[in-house]
Amino acid sequence: MSDASSGAALARPEIYNTVSTSGIGVVQRPLGLWERIIGYGAVRKAFLLVLIALAWEFYARWLGNSLIFPTFGDTVSALVTGIASGELVRSAWFSIKLLLQGYVIGLVLAAAFTAFASATRIGADLLETLTSMFNPLPSIALLPLAMIWFGLGNPSIVFVLIHAVLWSVALNTHAGFRAVSPTWRMVGQNYGLSKIGYVVRILIPGAFPSILTGLKIGWAFAWRTLIAAELVFGASGGDGGLGWYIFQHKNQLDIPSVFAGLLTVIIFGLVVENVVFRLLERSTVQRWGMQT
Amino acid sequence: MHSMHDKPDADPLLAVKGVTLQYRTRDHLVTATYRVSFNVHRSDRFVIVGPSGCGKSTLLKAVGGYIRPVEGEIRLNGTPISKPGPDRVLVFQEFDQLLPWKTVKQNITFALTASGRLSNREAEDRAMHYIGKVNLTGFADSYPHTLSGGMKQRVAIARGMAMEPDILLMDEPFAALDALTRGKMQEELLQLWDDTKFTVLFVTHSIPEAVRVGSRIVLLSAHPGQVKAEMNSFGADTLDEGGKLLKDKIEDLLFDTPASQRSATHV
Repeated sequence: MSDASSGAALARPEIYNTVSTSGIGVVQRPLGLWERIIGYGAVRKAFLLVLIALAWEFYARWLGNSLIFPTFGDTVSALVTGIASGELVRSAWFSIKLLLQGYVIGLVLAAAFTAFASATRIGADLLETLTSMFNPLPSIALLPLAMIWFGLGNPSIVFVLIHAVLWSVALNTHAGFRAVSPTWRMVGQNYGLSKIGYVVRILIPGAFPSILTGLKIGWAFAWRTLIAAELVFGASGGDGGLGWYIFQHKNQLDIPSVFAGLLTVIIFGLVVENVVFRLLERSTVQRWGMQT
Repeated sequence: MHSMHDKPDADPLLAVKGVTLQYRTRDHLVTATYRVSFNVHRSDRFVIVGPSGCGKSTLLKAVGGYIRPVEGEIRLNGTPISKPGPDRVLVFQEFDQLLPWKTVKQNITFALTASGRLSNREAEDRAMHYIGKVNLTGFADSYPHTLSGGMKQRVAIARGMAMEPDILLMDEPFAALDALTRGKMQEELLQLWDDTKFTVLFVTHSIPEAVRVGSRIVLLSAHPGQVKAEMNSFGADTLDEGGKLLKDKIEDLLFDTPASQRSATHV
């Protein structure tokens, strides 16, 4: 009985189909205009931004207290006034100049540290120890000390910026170097590259996804630290950055301008993240298939 | 002088003499090969075959100059090998051996210019020549991540051949491919060899592959690897005078049990 049933189960009929493409409907067609527009991340994000702006506007109107929460419209007009008077532009430029100084010096130091760490074992130990000590330490906590060492001026801010950038970039670059595939290393050695050629043409591109992450984190840390430092610190020699701009207008109870200052900080963040780093990513790691 | 050249081992291209290789893991010192000797001559398709863990890949890396023997020596054209160099190019099993930040063509030209062998213009011409040889002309400007595994291996082989090394070292280059592609690649490799008669040292754990690809086959015993036999192959798996297939002969030598018994238990 059981034999017969298992035999029947095995003796299944064979199936042959004639495959034809008619009646399937669409095999391949170009996407419609709407589908294409929706496909752009920038469009979707812009839509979200518009929604957020609308929500802001409605909430602020409902609240009706511009000292606590000015409307989006007021903020934009304060932003336009600030730009027109040149005050906001000057403050932003002041901040960016400082930021770039700190960022670039931080990157150079990070490169030096990482090079030392890649070349020697003691260098790697040193870098790992220092990053585990200093990376968790908020840069702003060093500001009082920096003010004693470097005085009430830009050098103090640059110092804390370097601290903000250096460790995260060095940590990520070092981790990236160590994660470079052994096969690529052997391929590089096989070509008889010089030491520097090996680092520049194999290790750096191979570790680029990590390096890019480090650059982004370093940038964000630096930007935050800068604004915070300026808030604590104020201006030097009558000229101040965005943090100072925010602080000053708070003292004058010009809250829309405070919001305009914050908005400027946000806009810079968005532009750098979504334009500069995005383009860098697209032309490198995405093109190489190292990131999807 | 003339008689010296007539002797088979008069001046081998690659001489491996009594090579013992060891490597360290976290808590062991492992002997990978023990006193291995063989000679590779110009235009040999020299295959090292053996079970996993017989040290055949380690041996290839030693020829590549990545590992120093603890005993014995390896000479290429009479000069001891001390470090990796472009006169011995490795083709790996891994698909990630191409640099992902370079296109197919750039991967090859970079190899040629980085090793200081050619100027940019010459490198480009030669790269295109070898890309054509492996039938990938249409993909010269593609990035490696857009290629299939078989195509990547073909690029790696083209890159190795474009460098025109004294000896091409291949470390199970087809092991990660599906059976159909593998067969095709073996065929293509033999065709390329017919064109240029390059010298290749090929490592594999597949006996059929060894028989098909090799002109001379070295059998390594299991861990640690020692030379068990060195035999000739003529590509086709013909019966010898004893009526035995070369493939079965190799299996008998490697596993110490007659093939007839083994296949009986397999079925």
